[in-house]
Amino acid sequence: MLQRQVGGKPIHYLDSANSSHKPNRVIDAMSQFMREGYAPIGRSSYTLASDASNAYEAARAKVARFINAPSPREVVFTKNATESLNLAAQSWGRANLNEGDVAVLTHMEHHANIVPWQMLAAEKGLEIRWVPLTADFQLDLTSLDSLLRGAKVFAFTSMSNVLGTINPVRELCDAAHRAGAIAIVDGCQSVPHMTTDVQAWGADMLAFSSHKMCGPTGVGIFWARESLLDAMPPFLGGGGMISEVRLDGFTCAELPAKFEAGTPPIVEVIGLGAAVDFLSEIGMNEVRRHEIELTNYAYRALKDRYGDDITIHGATNPELRGATFSFAFRGVHPHDVSQVLDQHNVYVRAGHHCAKPLMRLIGANATARASMYLYSNENDVDALVEALDDVSSIF
Amino acid sequence: MSNLEDLYREVILDHYRTPRNKGELPPPAVCTEGSNPLCGDEIKIFLDVRDGIVHDVRFSGHGCSISQASASMMTTAVKGKPVDAVRAVAKRFKQMMTIEEDDGSTPADVKLGDIEALQGVVKYPVRIKCAVLGWNTLLEGLATVGA
Repeated sequence: MLQRQVGGKPIHYLDSANSSHKPNRVIDAMSQFMREGYAPIGRSSYTLASDASNAYEAARAKVARFINAPSPREVVFTKNATESLNLAAQSWGRANLNEGDVAVLTHMEHHANIVPWQMLAAEKGLEIRWVPLTADFQLDLTSLDSLLRGAKVFAFTSMSNVLGTINPVRELCDAAHRAGAIAIVDGCQSVPHMTTDVQAWGADMLAFSSHKMCGPTGVGIFWARESLLDAMPPFLGGGGMISEVRLDGFTCAELPAKFEAGTPPIVEVIGLGAAVDFLSEIGMNEVRRHEIELTNYAYRALKDRYGDDITIHGATNPELRGATFSFAFRGVHPHDVSQVLDQHNVYVRAGHHCAKPLMRLIGANATARASMYLYSNENDVDALVEALDDVSSIF
Repeated sequence: MSNLEDLYREVILDHYRTPRNKGELPPPAVCTEGSNPLCGDEIKIFLDVRDGIVHDVRFSGHGCSISQASASMMTTAVKGKPVDAVRAVAKRFKQMMTIEEDDGSTPADVKLGDIEALQGVVKYPVRIKCAVLGWNTLLEGLATVGA
């Protein structure tokens, strides 16, 4: 895909924070499974079905190892990370939060980690508090303990999808626990790019998506500590999630089937398993090292060429940020920036990035965002730098 | 680059750099707000309509070059015109943007003039909503004043 040319020129895909491209082994694993191994899972006892079930469960075990979960039983497959966060709010939240209870979020959340809580707050009469940001768009932790006082849940992103800011997850989980709240991590932006260790973090729940980490669309991951999952009511009802159904009620299946109603995205989970293998073999430290180098290179290249004409939002130290930049360029509207860059096959995203509260703090209705991944390289950065020159020649 | 020149025609860039009728009108002029939630563009249209004539119009807000230029060109096209003629121009414009069918109800002599420079936007479907934002807000405003 990334070798593809458009209009006779190579493409420079700088939208990996939105969704990543897939290596051949992921594509091959899915197509081979559909060609040679496909069968429904979990229900039928014939050989093909049980082989497919084993492959599906093997992928679950790979994901569990990838995030250092104590057990694959704690890994639930959903439709996407948004559904994972809705599961947290609708299942755990609905059962555990009551009128007047406090949920704490941050000003840098994606809408997917805001709206599910607002929906529940409107229904239950919850109070939502917000962790503010410092002038350089880090979480302002000075008042964290008082904000968390009396809170039942603290849900936050491990890395901002707009700014690339990496948050101190361990510290935030500890603060939540000191206040007696559970800690829910939106890991969409960090899990694909650096080592994830839910036990070292001390997190209680984690949501992330397959399609941002070299896997296919159509599958998200929800992880929670087993004791929490055991106590949570099911989210969606139907086949696969029950152990018994009678006319007067039902009993739930064991974990994790209890949270996987209906036929799951079997092929996609197989693909996700291959993506986890791919990333694990390269090593997440190596992925992170590559991205720090590239971020450093990009920051220097953009600043050397354009100086104060370009404003890159967020931390300047590449150790404190991911390879995602939001920027403003010479007062040109981000849509116009991205339109001109598109002519040079430089693909960036323009818009509010589903984080409108954060955009208001930045003071912009939209930004242009360039985001890189393990397959991005210095050529992509150079193409961005060159193409921006054309933006200034038009506007 | 030929494609981009088609989109960013000189007359469009001119309206973007030097917007006409940018600003506000005091009451009793009617203010209508429009926004494009996906891109965050926001616009306000101020209308002074009396006796079926758009006596004055202003726009304010922020957005990309296409949304700003389109709104600016719109104000020059509708100022001083009867409301019926304004609706006809708006309809013709939306037909050019391919979001409304040409049902033959708009007389052939309704001309867009300079606004035809925005034709190039049609090739970029995601930008059509930018071009139409001001026009839709204007139509809402006309409905508000009951004109």
